Amino acid sequence: MSRKYLGHFILFVIISIEESFGMHVDKRLLKLPGNIKSNLIVTIVFGLLVGSLTIGQAYYLSKIINDVFLTHSLLADVSNFLILFLVISLLKAFAVWLENFYSNRLATHVKDLIRKNLTSHLFKLGPAYVKSERSGEISNTIMNGVEKLDPYFSQFLPQLFLSALIPLAILFFVFPIDALSGIVFIFTAPLIPLFMILIGNIAEGMNKKQWRILTRMSGYFLDVIQGLSTIKLFGRQNDIKKKIELISDSFRISTMRVLRIAFLSALVLELLSTISIAIIAVEIGLRLLNGNLEFQPALFILILAPEFYLPIRQLGVRYHAGMEGTAAAQNIFKILEEPVKISSIPESKADLNLNIDTIKFKNVSFTYDGNRNAVKNISFELKPNTLTAIIGKSGSGKTTTTNLLLRFIDPTGGKIFVGNNELTKIDLKKWQSQISWISQNPYLFHETIKDNLLIAKPGATEKELVYAAKAAKIHNFIISLPDGYNTLVGERGAKLSGGQAQRIALARAFLKNTPLLILDEPTANLDPQTEFEMISTIDFLTKNKTVLVIAHRLNTIKKADQILVFSGGKIVERGNHQSLIQMNGYYFKMLSTLKGLK
Amino acid sequence: MNRTFLRLIKIAGSYKLWMLLAAFVGFLTIGSSIGLMMTSAYIIAKAALHPSIAELQVGIVGVRFFGISRGVFRYIERFISHEITFKLLAKFRVWFFESIEPLFPSKLAKFKSGDLLTRAVSDVENLEHIYVRVIAPPFVAILVLILVTFLFGSFNLIYAVIVLIFFILAGIGVPALTYLMSKNTGRKLVTLKSKLNELIIDQTQGMQELIIFGQRENYLRNFKETNYEYISLQKKMANISGLNDSLIGLFMNFAVFFILLNAIPNINNGILDGVYLSVLALGTMACFEAVLPLPTAIQYWEQSINSANRLFELTDEKQSEIKEIELTPQPENFDIDIRNINFGYNNDTKVYNKLSLYIPENEVTAIVGASGAGKSTLVNLLMRFWDYESGKFLLGNEELKNFTQEEIQKYISVVPQTTHLFNLPVKENIRFSKPDASENEIIYAAKKANIHNFIMSLPNKYDEWIGEQGLKLSGGERQRISIARALLKDTPVIVFDEPTADLDSLNEKKILELIYELSESKTVLLITHRLVHLENINQILVMHGGKIIERGMFDELLAKKGYFYKMFNLQNNLVV
Repeated sequence: MSRKYLGHFILFVIISIEESFGMHVDKRLLKLPGNIKSNLIVTIVFGLLVGSLTIGQAYYLSKIINDVFLTHSLLADVSNFLILFLVISLLKAFAVWLENFYSNRLATHVKDLIRKNLTSHLFKLGPAYVKSERSGEISNTIMNGVEKLDPYFSQFLPQLFLSALIPLAILFFVFPIDALSGIVFIFTAPLIPLFMILIGNIAEGMNKKQWRILTRMSGYFLDVIQGLSTIKLFGRQNDIKKKIELISDSFRISTMRVLRIAFLSALVLELLSTISIAIIAVEIGLRLLNGNLEFQPALFILILAPEFYLPIRQLGVRYHAGMEGTAAAQNIFKILEEPVKISSIPESKADLNLNIDTIKFKNVSFTYDGNRNAVKNISFELKPNTLTAIIGKSGSGKTTTTNLLLRFIDPTGGKIFVGNNELTKIDLKKWQSQISWISQNPYLFHETIKDNLLIAKPGATEKELVYAAKAAKIHNFIISLPDGYNTLVGERGAKLSGGQAQRIALARAFLKNTPLLILDEPTANLDPQTEFEMISTIDFLTKNKTVLVIAHRLNTIKKADQILVFSGGKIVERGNHQSLIQMNGYYFKMLSTLKGLK
Repeated sequence: MNRTFLRLIKIAGSYKLWMLLAAFVGFLTIGSSIGLMMTSAYIIAKAALHPSIAELQVGIVGVRFFGISRGVFRYIERFISHEITFKLLAKFRVWFFESIEPLFPSKLAKFKSGDLLTRAVSDVENLEHIYVRVIAPPFVAILVLILVTFLFGSFNLIYAVIVLIFFILAGIGVPALTYLMSKNTGRKLVTLKSKLNELIIDQTQGMQELIIFGQRENYLRNFKETNYEYISLQKKMANISGLNDSLIGLFMNFAVFFILLNAIPNINNGILDGVYLSVLALGTMACFEAVLPLPTAIQYWEQSINSANRLFELTDEKQSEIKEIELTPQPENFDIDIRNINFGYNNDTKVYNKLSLYIPENEVTAIVGASGAGKSTLVNLLMRFWDYESGKFLLGNEELKNFTQEEIQKYISVVPQTTHLFNLPVKENIRFSKPDASENEIIYAAKKANIHNFIMSLPNKYDEWIGEQGLKLSGGERQRISIARALLKDTPVIVFDEPTADLDSLNEKKILELIYELSESKTVLLITHRLVHLENINQILVMHGGKIIERGMFDELLAKKGYFYKMFNLQNNLVV
């Protein structure tokens, strides 16, 4: 056998492995900072060391057996080899652990880096990106998606290289000793990845089908459990029980039909490696018989035969980790590569007069995804210490307007001014520190109630907290809780109702006490007493402040110095209650249709 | 053995034979590799002595046989074990549904969280791996151990003892060691994971607050620390479990070493034929394959036991005692009469304290009030999802407690506040309340609920799939399907719990017209906080703090200028 052919075959092995698995190497992952490549190389080096020690072990084992069996050596004669065998075993155990250690270090580094990058990049993308419907998906990517990179880096990637390198290393030793066995190895080894590609393509389609069937089955069960109340309401529990049995059974039968064929891939892979070992055993056995081969090299090759196929088979086992890892990487980079749209001015250049001056929207437009205009050419002014109410149906651009003022988004057209300064030129943090904002669904963090209040004014005294809570009429509720202000909020602690969360938000606004207040009026159906209390609290809070309120109540609107009526992303009417009624337009119509219903 | 595990096995009971069979085939798979390596070693050792080829024939046949049988056994084993996995999963699902259904909702109320059931579903799913990953590996390992003991024992008892010792050390000692080393870390990891999860949700859902309150740097610092702590612990765990592979390999080599140490003098003395030295060495190596899945078995064991414990905690809730009822009561009419009932979901807070009210048949009675006033609790009592503590609750002069839930369902149907639409065609979702309803009946109900035209506009009309994985419907559409469902059942009593909350004003009006129409022949109870179109209702009951504080017709209540009047004014104040 010439070396040229050997080279060709080796190339074929590598190319076929690359082809079947290469699509699961995301180059962006390898380009991450922090010595990803060198860590990967260290892991692979230790993997190779394990392979080499295995070869050494096989050598000494065959040597010992040969000497005792054929040259009738005594225990004392081979004791040196026995000790070497033992030493190599210990070294191998250590190397196995170190390979694992370095692959874990690599995976840990990647997870640490990517989680940090994701969270800080999300802040730059801002709340408009993390819209509520997407928040679950994003949380899942940060937690579970990143976790999927662990087996990808600690198992799949090193194995991808080792599955080519270790067989090569074994071939390196086997070839000089016995070319024929080497050729058997060389011919059978590429068959494994080759069959994996062939069967893999068929099996992948089948796996997907099977996966769909399985998710449909679990979907059905989840559906039934979630609809338990409806099932009981109509007394259908016995039918449903029978149906779970029936559906499970038919799903099992159809899944097994698919699996029967999908498992063939496993069968072929097993057969390839065991039959190859059998061929080698018979082939070297027969040549031994004819005296064409010595016993020791023959045994050496036989011991190595399973080790030759092992890394390639292991790659098959870890194929799934590779697939999941690349899928997760796709989701991760979708977030990381999202361009940042909010400009942040370095603190030094920023200047802001702490008195909130008149705020002007000049022909401001905002487009969410390039085609849908959320607001279009809106212009208005907020004069200091006045109350402006914006009204309109949902989707008319109200929330976009407050988001612009809060700088959760920046205009895609037109400009916003604070006094004479353009809003985008003002330091983002300084600006946001001047605003209090109460949304319809205020968020409470997984912390104590006290911490939830303190974020509005870090370092506030106990007295200040209680004052704010009292002003927001939530103090009595808080002290009725078992741990009072130290009660945890969220799953492990108290669950607060929407109305209670609103009041915490009000208390936060009292604590922060800023000149500008943005408020989305709550619409929850509260009982009259509670509702009156809320209204008076809000009245008290808005005194002597510049207020922008998304209004839902006639009282609020009547009080407003300025009303902006939104429709289809535009301001269609403006004025105060009286003037708008007299205008006899959209506003008047809106109020009278409501009256008609009453 | 662990009690939880025994209970699981009991549920899985009928598949015991299948499991034994699969474990046996799994044993044959590994047995084949042991056979392959031992016969291979045998033929080359024998061949080295240059005998006639005939002497090798048996060995060669053996090598060929084992070379093929391993793959075939592996295939059969995978097939049977997957069959078992699916059967077990079905069994666990039915068991869970069966046990939880009678407890719902009253006995499960203390597990307050709404996603409790969703979590339970994933716990059931966690049991999926119990056969392949938990039960099978130790079984297979034991069978392999027995085989090896016999094989090696036939040469010399010492060899069997050596393999036995290292096999047990590797198979039980190593997993036990790593398990104990990582136990505390594992527990800390669970706490940290939920902390990290909360932090992530805090950012994705509370980002606006974090930004407005200038908490970005604080948050990032906190997140960085928690994440680092979490993944450092994960690394520690992984480094500990890395010991498994390392030590199992080491013990395998120790076994080979000691076999050699004992066999070499025996060969020198002529007690053992030298041919068998390689046979023993390679056989030892091959049998350790059975040990490899044992460390993971422990991890999955723990996970399965935790899931099972959570499930048992739910299913072990005591069922309420079902009183044997001798006679099925026949209601004289369909009036509902409530006298001085007391009720609370738990001992601390009372929802009703001596509540009395009367709902006559062939009329609409409305109960109005703010959220939290105790309106919907009435539905829970009426359907006997909960039982009142004292007082009288009469349906047609018969005490409600004398009816079984099934009988109550014959008389009363409910349009609940939140409805569940199943992953089924629209048609089947409506038919859910009356499985034997004809197409015409379904269409009639849909027309009445003012949803027929909408359904006809769907691509597949009544066969369109809806629910979680089907077409997403708006709140108003869902509600009208729920109404059609209740109408189809056509019971003498019908309860509407906030039926118009998600409807636009046009549909709201139509549904209220339907409600008036139904009252010509039914007892109709309307629970609502929307004070519109109530002008013609015979009796409006105003509920506040679990009490009826005002009652009368619409105009009377407004004239009183009391609580109802205030509510009405507040609602009129709402503009958009």
